Amino acid sequence: MNKTVNQKAWLFVLPVFILVAFNAVIPLMTVVNYSVQETFGDNTFFWSGVLWFTEILQSERFHDSLGRQMIFTFSILAIEVPLGVAIALTMPRKGAWVPVCLVLMALPLLIPWNVVGAMWNIFALPDIGLLGYGLNAMGFDYNFTRQIGDAWFTLILMDVWHWTSLVVLLAYAGLVSIPDAYYQAAKIDGAGAFAIFRYIQLPKMKRVLTIAVLLRFMDSFMVYTEAVVLTGGGPGNSTTLLSIDLVKIALGQFDLGPAAAMSIIYFLIILALSWVFYTLMMRNEES
Amino acid sequence: MTLELRQIEKTLGTDVHIHPTDLVLEAGGFNILLGTTLSGKTTLMQLMAGLDRPTGGTLHFNGKDVTGMRVQNRNVSMVYQQFINYPNFTVYENIASPLRVARMPDAEIKKRVGAMADLMRLSPMLDRKPAELSGGQQQRTALARALVKDSELVLLDEPLANLDFKLREELREELPKLFADRNCIVVYATTEPIEALLLGGSTATLHEGRVTQFGPTGDVYRNPKDVISAQVFSEPPMNTATVRKVGDRVDLGGIAYWPCPAVLSDKPDGDYQIGLRPHHVTPAANTPDGAQDGCVKISGEVLVTELSGSESTVHFKVGPEVWVSLAHGIHSFGVGEVADLQADLSRAFYFGADGALISS
Repeated sequence: MNKTVNQKAWLFVLPVFILVAFNAVIPLMTVVNYSVQETFGDNTFFWSGVLWFTEILQSERFHDSLGRQMIFTFSILAIEVPLGVAIALTMPRKGAWVPVCLVLMALPLLIPWNVVGAMWNIFALPDIGLLGYGLNAMGFDYNFTRQIGDAWFTLILMDVWHWTSLVVLLAYAGLVSIPDAYYQAAKIDGAGAFAIFRYIQLPKMKRVLTIAVLLRFMDSFMVYTEAVVLTGGGPGNSTTLLSIDLVKIALGQFDLGPAAAMSIIYFLIILALSWVFYTLMMRNEES
Repeated sequence: MTLELRQIEKTLGTDVHIHPTDLVLEAGGFNILLGTTLSGKTTLMQLMAGLDRPTGGTLHFNGKDVTGMRVQNRNVSMVYQQFINYPNFTVYENIASPLRVARMPDAEIKKRVGAMADLMRLSPMLDRKPAELSGGQQQRTALARALVKDSELVLLDEPLANLDFKLREELREELPKLFADRNCIVVYATTEPIEALLLGGSTATLHEGRVTQFGPTGDVYRNPKDVISAQVFSEPPMNTATVRKVGDRVDLGGIAYWPCPAVLSDKPDGDYQIGLRPHHVTPAANTPDGAQDGCVKISGEVLVTELSGSESTVHFKVGPEVWVSLAHGIHSFGVGEVADLQADLSRAFYFGADGALISS
């Protein structure tokens, strides 16, 4: 049989094609273009091959900021996911307190990122901030602008405060969608609170938790505004995360080639790790 | 084996969910709770299981008071309208779960689960997760979980309601066989009168938190105690209207007259309620007075006609009431048309002002 060839069908694909080209392919290709060339900013380019990539991948500076990025991301994931689930479990599932809890939980998410950074910066200042002054008054030697440990503590605390709510709301959505009958069936079987959590609530929350972990992973890997407003990457370079480093190279030093190469490596790391997370969490899951 | 409810009652604040109820349920045959949504079937079952505490009254199992005993300590199983299984357990582990809780040895568990899976035709799917099964298989897994542990009380809360038509019929046929040689009390909640009739056993009709009638299913259907029980146990709902007895004649709001039936003959003149099941109201016969013997012709404006293959359902106005006629064959009436129908008076129920059935 002859296939009917209908060239007009391309017209239906065209709008999507143009849209994707403009919002993804062309910007990405610009970066790729920069990453293999040397430029002095006067619109003259020299081919440099994979020079920038090897340079970045071998540079101690990149290793350090990637390492800090990993520590930051895995710390906040290790805190925010269990904490978010725990808070969601304690929230009421019906009654007048439900909207109150939901609004309280949503509040941190509504605050602009640079405001969060500024807020925590002032809050944690050792001389005038409530947190900083309070800790010092209690006898702790706390100064996040001078001491590396204190800077990390404040950075992670701020992120936990800002983003745990997202995990809470997602986990809560998963919890309320479990029909009462599941709890009754577990009760009839004589299941305790832990068994109910392990065999009913956790499996039923699996999908939303996967989303929560992926979102938190990607967002924390790209975190910039709050961190830069809070610590500016300091003291020294001790809290310079990948995104902060990238901005320093691209806009501070105006090294467009290495910055472009770094962007691509950065993007590929996020893509690869997201894929690993997703595959691990969705393992054994039916289609 | 008996489960006895003595003046069991459940109120929540000022809301009465279950009015004081007396009920004695026996092993052998289904005990059916029949009522519309929110009539209290599920609440009553939860009280029977001990999932919920009654606010008044006592619950006795084989004569022993089990009120307030925790559900874990009673030998109860329950199957729900939703297909409730442990999502990350295989079918095998799901069926085995109640036995594991009871700390049964592995060899015995294997034997029992195998036998139960054969009975439920689940043997090929034992290694799958519930989400990989069809609805019917998921519900069979839930049933297997409920049956594998030899409970003394099995509560089935609309177990077939979420299944599609074919599977529902199939499983409904299997259910009585599954329980035939078991010594346990089976309680089955449903909203469908037809399901109650097909499953047999005993039926309790529920209406707004009250058991209005309880007895062998056939008896409850044929001899409703009052107008509410009759309406609950009729699908489409029973047609009712006020009739006036004047001397030896009965008057249906000026629409039709007929001679006073025997049951009303020694009753005083006045208003009564008539109840007629939809299949006793059929299109008028081809006789001079438009009705066969024992029937009376009734005409009314047609609101809607539904044709479902071999049956026709006609909704039409009878004075202030809307009646439904259910007849074999295709009888098409246009909307707004005045249809001539006949009511089989020999099948009519008469109820007094208090709603109670008037019987000879």
